[in-house]
Amino acid sequence: MSVGESSTPLGRVRGAGAAHHGGEHWLRERLTSAALLLLGVWLVASLLMLPDLDHRTVSEWLRSASGAVPMALFVIVAFVHAIDGMKVVVDDYVHDAANNLLLNGLILFAGIGGLALALFSLAKIAFGTTE
Amino acid sequence: MTRNPDRPLSPHITIWRWGPGMLVSILHRMTGGALTVAGLAVLTWWLWAIAAGQGAYDRFAAHAGEWYGLVVLVGLTWAFWQHLLSGIRHLVMDAGAGFELRINKLFAVLTIAASLFLTALSWFLALEVGQ
Repeated sequence: MSVGESSTPLGRVRGAGAAHHGGEHWLRERLTSAALLLLGVWLVASLLMLPDLDHRTVSEWLRSASGAVPMALFVIVAFVHAIDGMKVVVDDYVHDAANNLLLNGLILFAGIGGLALALFSLAKIAFGTTE
Repeated sequence: MTRNPDRPLSPHITIWRWGPGMLVSILHRMTGGALTVAGLAVLTWWLWAIAAGQGAYDRFAAHAGEWYGLVVLVGLTWAFWQHLLSGIRHLVMDAGAGFELRINKLFAVLTIAASLFLTALSWFLALEVGQ
């Protein structure tokens, strides 16, 4: 991307930093936060409006499209937002390049691992044979 | 990045007077960390337990009903609302608004008051209306 052709302030600075990237991380953190504003309030409201929180009730809820689809979205967006957010904290306090890479790597691995486990569980509830 | 340890660090929380803005800023990080570590762990455990069946779900519910489980769940409820509200504050400030001292202070205090109120309301609805 060439500098100076864009007519917007954001377009002029995008890619112009020393690392030539970074803006997309900042922007994704905010876009996922906006999505979580909706999905998080949906999750809390749904849990409060369920008649009970026993195994049968929550299983039936997460088998329905109106429960499973927003929950899958919440899980994906929450894990991505958490990984992005933890990177900001790590980058602020861990300045040694090797420790920084190690810690951000561990957070990324743990985050993607947790995301996979949560999505597998949701798929098993939605399509599986648990009674 | 390398830092000469002989050079002083810039003034940080050790010498600056605490105000609502500082408090909410650090609370945003702490609640974000808590929601990542404890919140996503509890969410993933809960989803896994639903998928695994009645026995695993009963074990989850038993822990959730103990005093330490309730401390974690109430704490996560507060962390959720505080992070959501101070997150909205950050989005407003990202847009360049709300930096006037009086407004900034008021907004910061409001996020704390509202998060405590919403935590109390959430658990009132869960315990009183849920019965």
